[in-house]
Amino acid sequence: MNNRLYGNLIFELSKEGRKGYSLPKYNYGDYEIPASMRRATDAELPECDELTVVRHYTNLSNNNFGVDTGFYPLGSCTMKYNPKINEEMAALPQFQNLHPLQPKATVKGALAMMTLLEQSLCELTGLAHFTFKPYAGAHGELTGLMTIDNYHRQHGDVQRKKVIVPDSAHGTNPASAAVCGLEIVEVKSNTNGLVDLADLERLVELEGDSIAAMMMTNPNTLGLFETSIPEIAKLIHDCGGLMYYDGANLNPMLGACRPGDMGFDVMHINLHKTFSTPHGGGGPGAGPVGVREGLQDCFPFVSPYYGNYGVMMRAYAYILSLGREHVKEVGPLAVLNANYIKESLKDVYELPIDTICCHEFVFDGLKGKSTGVTTMDVAKRLLDYGYHAPTIYFPLLFHESLMIEPTENESKETLDGFIAVMRQIADEAKTNPDEVKSAPHTTPIGRVDDVLAAKHPITTYKQMINDNV
Amino acid sequence: MNYKYFPHTDDDLQSMLEVVGVDSVDALYAQIPECIRFRGDYKLPSEMSELEVRDLFTKLGSQNRQLTCFAGYGVYDHYTPSVIPQLLQRSEFLTSYTPYQAEISQGTLHYIFEYQSMMAELTGMDISNASMYDGSTATAEAMMMAVAAGKKQNKVLVSETLNGDIRKVLDTYALHQGIELETIAEKDGVTDIDDLKVKLASGGVAGVIVQQPNACGIVEDFTGFADACHENKALFIMNSIAADLAVLKTPGEWGADIAVGDGQSLGIPMQFGGPYVGYMCCTEKLIRKMPGRIVGMTKDNRDQRAFVLTLQAREQHIRRQKATSNICSNQSLMALFVTVYCSLMGKQGLKEAAQLSYAGAHYLCDKLLETGKFHLVYDKPFFNEFLIRYDGDVDELFKFYMMNGILPGIKMSDGSLLIAVTEKRTKEEIDHFVEALPFVNGVH
Amino acid sequence: MAKVLEGLYYSESHEYVRVEGDFGFIGITDYAQNALGNVVYVDMPDVDDEVSAGEEFGAVESVKAASDLMSPVTGVVVEVNEALEDQPELVNQDAYENWIIKVEISDKSELDSLMDAKAYAAFCEK
Repeated sequence: MNNRLYGNLIFELSKEGRKGYSLPKYNYGDYEIPASMRRATDAELPECDELTVVRHYTNLSNNNFGVDTGFYPLGSCTMKYNPKINEEMAALPQFQNLHPLQPKATVKGALAMMTLLEQSLCELTGLAHFTFKPYAGAHGELTGLMTIDNYHRQHGDVQRKKVIVPDSAHGTNPASAAVCGLEIVEVKSNTNGLVDLADLERLVELEGDSIAAMMMTNPNTLGLFETSIPEIAKLIHDCGGLMYYDGANLNPMLGACRPGDMGFDVMHINLHKTFSTPHGGGGPGAGPVGVREGLQDCFPFVSPYYGNYGVMMRAYAYILSLGREHVKEVGPLAVLNANYIKESLKDVYELPIDTICCHEFVFDGLKGKSTGVTTMDVAKRLLDYGYHAPTIYFPLLFHESLMIEPTENESKETLDGFIAVMRQIADEAKTNPDEVKSAPHTTPIGRVDDVLAAKHPITTYKQMINDNV
Repeated sequence: MNYKYFPHTDDDLQSMLEVVGVDSVDALYAQIPECIRFRGDYKLPSEMSELEVRDLFTKLGSQNRQLTCFAGYGVYDHYTPSVIPQLLQRSEFLTSYTPYQAEISQGTLHYIFEYQSMMAELTGMDISNASMYDGSTATAEAMMMAVAAGKKQNKVLVSETLNGDIRKVLDTYALHQGIELETIAEKDGVTDIDDLKVKLASGGVAGVIVQQPNACGIVEDFTGFADACHENKALFIMNSIAADLAVLKTPGEWGADIAVGDGQSLGIPMQFGGPYVGYMCCTEKLIRKMPGRIVGMTKDNRDQRAFVLTLQAREQHIRRQKATSNICSNQSLMALFVTVYCSLMGKQGLKEAAQLSYAGAHYLCDKLLETGKFHLVYDKPFFNEFLIRYDGDVDELFKFYMMNGILPGIKMSDGSLLIAVTEKRTKEEIDHFVEALPFVNGVH
Repeated sequence: MAKVLEGLYYSESHEYVRVEGDFGFIGITDYAQNALGNVVYVDMPDVDDEVSAGEEFGAVESVKAASDLMSPVTGVVVEVNEALEDQPELVNQDAYENWIIKVEISDKSELDSLMDAKAYAAFCEK
């Protein structure tokens, strides 16, 4: 891999006079774009031949790590295998070449696929209707909250502006509420890591009819099933609020329990988590929102067309491939894999809540912290062994959080390999802590100076040139 | 449990269950109350082999009609270079996650840096973020950014010439945020600057949103707009079609504070609605107020050039309810798409494609006008999209084209037709558009 | 142990006020700068802006956190510490030396509801 030349910026590989494209030449006559319309100078975009462009991005890809590369135990992200049949279907020209505003009679197949996907998701979640307009999980959360807000407005309950959220919630939850003009109220977790019912009762008593909804995930961000969910749902419904399910942790529920049955009224699903669509380095995903009967007229208009249709096709191909026989096995295998790792490592990593978990669990760093090796150090050292690090420093409930989610696709051998390396690192933390603290050593780059990046942001090539970096 | 995506054999299951200390996989769910426990089968079709999945999608696909596309209104049929799908299928790009671990994500971080550079160049602005979901939500985010930056002002003015679908998205976000949206009147097809000034003068305006070219394809003259906004302490926000900025006067040149829009026109297939990619660019002053991810350049501990997600203190996972946006991801793979597009087509190619689109649209327009049965709705300069009125039954006309495999444009609510031409339309297709008409070729 | 200076007034959100006549110099405490880590940016108000006791007037950002600045007193901003624009890390170096804003205090009785050094030190211990 030739990183020296092709690791540069594409602008540094550019040369005036080169081109990497060919377009047809039509003689339309004299139709010049008038000077008054034009920009003063051209955009300084690269001028490269096709091979240079291909080499450049191919070499860049070599500096990345995907699910296809190796084990990716990122808690709360569900990095499961992205089947290639999904890609093949999404690339079909009979779908790719459709304009979203084409008359409906000309896109019956495309619309039918959406209906079939909706029906499947309803069956899997126990809800009645889905909208596919949200483009991502966070967008889905916002859409779900807007749905709830619309519902209350329709009923004249304009004072319902508070959303109860567990103190272990993901950052998008309060942020989504804020964007929806709602206020977050936190409910405490008990020592078992679950929602403290007594504290919830207190909150409901206090806030009463200003409660719009309770927003939570189940299993929660610690990977624990909220066993009191029927009581929680009743409390919220009795005070006139709705129950919102953050679908980020839906994976272990496939084959075990449906959010609709748990008592949730609204939910979003992350198709790029539970339904195997690829993460793409950070998108595109899709966050369809489902509701129980009676709420479908409350869906907000959050995007112009049908949503990320290409992503939906991938999800549907996945559901078809699994079929009813295997969809119900996803949850159990994911849960088994997670518990297997937990049990195999809890003697060397600190397990604050020692109980059966669902698809993920949280360690609070190493058991022995005397040498000062942190979760950050462990994560970086894992990279040296060819593993992607788990999620670190989330949830905020513990100072040295290390959240591990193996997904159902991983073999026992892969898990054993990971366990062995984690044990090795725990050992190194005692016998050779400096090696761990200065990791990674074998990756394309070492630890970055993120203080410099935040203090003195260089975010474009032009800034870089002007800065003489 | 014997299935191609599940590696577990019976003895794998045995030994794992032993380590965990339970008898069966079912026992792992003991904490779920029985009254809500799901048992049995979901009512879904039986598992399908790849052959059967292909078959089903082929059947569905055959019920769709691929038409020669002259429709636009936000989504355009542009040329996709063959290199792009190949590069995007590289699994290190496709199956990776957000680049939180910089040491093993330099591929992603590096291309996003390039993407940011290119979007800043195209829009003539200082800074770009790592992308948004699409143009409409990016515009909504710009609206929220203006209100957050403007102390206590919560009114935003929106031109009547903005795409109606984008406006509906703005209305949604504004409703829940308590933002007051007011429409700036349209006059002769363009934004009325006098009405803008009147509305600015009444105070409390945090931002002004216009579109270029506007929803009818008209290239507006925004002279005086930025000044009027800034005199009244409002931010000037411009939504533009990315590909057109290769030649058009940029938001930066017009004095915009925030430039947003969709990058779909940079070769992304129409895909029946998405995924596309939204861009958001701003002046240097506003960098810390901009939502979304941003990649910055820095050094690593081996003194090498490196890229990293930066300014994360603004983001949802840190600011939580104080975040000005809840956006968690971007559209990374689509940002890569657009980056490769701009690398291949480059400085000259983007211009050439834009020139072809412009010429093709004007050529078609003139030919239609020559028939005497069409009239331009507005006597204003347009780019590659124009609004035209037909002297006859537009529904019949539309049906006629559809029968001939042509999607002739977007039928507007007032019966006019919005027609778009891109570099992908051949001269033959354009000639045929006119020559096929019965009153032109004399055939009925 | 975080540094706590005598003679200053402290708020529960870890800001301090150093009073000089009718004016107050407001910044974040040593405890706060330590919790935040390397400060990379200080978002300051403009001169002539009004601040209210208990309300936010700006923010301090580090790589991993962003903290709103709450004003301990009500008043008008007469000066901002411009040195922090280029060198935000001064706050880490000496949080008390490097104040953030100087205000003309409108109601000195508000100082009574703030903590003194001893009370604040005890507050941090908890």
